[in-house]
Amino acid sequence: MGKKVLVLGEIRDGQLRNVSFEAVAAGKKVAQGGEVIGVLIGESVSVLANDLIQYGADRVLTVEDAKLFQYTPDGYSQAFMAVVEQEQPEGIVFGHTALGKDLSPKIAAKLNAGLISDATSVEEEGDTIVFTRPIYSGKAFEKIIGKEELVFVTVRPNNIESLEKDELRSGDIASVSVSITDLRTVIQDVIRKVASGVDLSEAKVIVAGGRGVKSDEGFKPLKKLADVLGGAVGASRGACDAGYCDYSMQIGQTGKVVTPDLYIACGISGAIQHLAGMSNSKVIVAINKDPEANIFNVADYGIVGDLFEVVPMLSEEIKRLKAAQP
Amino acid sequence: MNIYVLMKRTFDTEEKISINGGQIEEDGAEFIINPYDEYAVEEAIQIRDAHEGEVTVVSVGSEEAGKQLRMALAMGADKAVLINTEDDLKEGDPFTTAKILVQYFKDKEVDLILAGNVAIDGGSGQVGPRVAAMLDIPYVTTITNIDIDGSNVSITRDVEGDSEMIKTSLPVLVTCQQGLNDPRYPSLPGIMKAKKKPLEELELADLDLEEDDVESKTKILDIFLPPDKSAGRILEGDLTHQVQELVSLLRSEAKVI
Repeated sequence: MGKKVLVLGEIRDGQLRNVSFEAVAAGKKVAQGGEVIGVLIGESVSVLANDLIQYGADRVLTVEDAKLFQYTPDGYSQAFMAVVEQEQPEGIVFGHTALGKDLSPKIAAKLNAGLISDATSVEEEGDTIVFTRPIYSGKAFEKIIGKEELVFVTVRPNNIESLEKDELRSGDIASVSVSITDLRTVIQDVIRKVASGVDLSEAKVIVAGGRGVKSDEGFKPLKKLADVLGGAVGASRGACDAGYCDYSMQIGQTGKVVTPDLYIACGISGAIQHLAGMSNSKVIVAINKDPEANIFNVADYGIVGDLFEVVPMLSEEIKRLKAAQP
Repeated sequence: MNIYVLMKRTFDTEEKISINGGQIEEDGAEFIINPYDEYAVEEAIQIRDAHEGEVTVVSVGSEEAGKQLRMALAMGADKAVLINTEDDLKEGDPFTTAKILVQYFKDKEVDLILAGNVAIDGGSGQVGPRVAAMLDIPYVTTITNIDIDGSNVSITRDVEGDSEMIKTSLPVLVTCQQGLNDPRYPSLPGIMKAKKKPLEELELADLDLEEDDVESKTKILDIFLPPDKSAGRILEGDLTHQVQELVSLLRSEAKVI
């Protein structure tokens, strides 16, 4: 018997985030042939419903209210719980994003349910759905299952492959009405610090700088390389502590944990603290003057050299290649 | 003001992880206050010093967590509570911990609860928001600043690098993010004083809880280490050649560009 699974679609800058499509793919596995229902919450979100369907949702429920124009735990939990009450799901999947991390424990508490956070894989083993999730900041993994009927999981961005988009796929789109009562936390303002559109946790390519970058100015060639590759710029704790960049760019044990397809570490020594945040990247390139640097122990490819020489050359070479064979 | 901190004892961030008999090897490892909880302890002390009141640090765990609770007392917390589950529970999950804490808070007057935004060992980040939801108080996660004026609370929250400015009111639970403060080292007089501060020890029975009430909702089947990466390739030759080779490897061998 398949399960009925709710998948929360997350919207940023008017678009669904990639992790939502990955969550639909995870939801399909959890459903084991059952129904996957996309859930969209916001002020005006129904225009995005077809995207969720084209990426694999069977139908979509929207909850729209002026009070839902920004995420708040109170507003979104009321909206999501209205859907839960209507549908009585046996599975729930969120992305393990700032929103997913914030909202999922509240929903789990309301449902008196277990919650498996930050899953990096979902597998069927017989009738059981087994999740893998990193522990000790990625230095180890655990395989974990839910003990009860309701399976609730958040999935780490960039780890579960989304399904192929099928533009011919169609499904029912309906709204769920809810009256949102008082919000106990109110967002007064949002200060955007992340300049580029590419979010570190979802980036396929990350170019990261360490102490070797030497100044905020020194991040410029890294930014250029990231732009050429359509990626994002990150940093080690050392670079943040030294004031070369904002802490929002920090990758490591404290800071963000990332798993891009390509991680280019520039002038980063490779302290355990940093490795915990990036060592599960699919391909790691290290560029460092010091041939003894620890980062070379986890790198797939290493260049011993001055990053200020190597990084611009790399940008040019990749540009040339992309121009010749896009 | 009644200020509470939820604290967890964890592995030192620099420890190498190994597995013995399906469990993370703890022998010989160094333990610390979970780094994000350390921000919570520091912030609690600063808020108490500015607004008066009392800071109580609560930990659910084993006897050994007493050491980290003493550390929090040495930093300046007033009281510590260890809810020792060692004899009662073989396994637990974030539901277990949250349920125990909520039961502890049931007869307490709470103005502010601070916790870390995530523990660096289990990494679920669930306990804080679960506790708030079960106590039916608001919560704000990953905070980098908090100002309290009467019962009005202004908070800055880190959202994947962006900052949200939030208004709420007491009682509230917050989880702490890096950048909130620089936790102090305990001073020698602080360490001496901590020895005389109260450290209460409770067991499930003291909270009228039975093992079944807090049974975990999830089950860990296996723990394993990531596959060892074979040593990478250090490229050779002049720099131009190395860069060309790297780009060609990234495209044809690694297939990532």
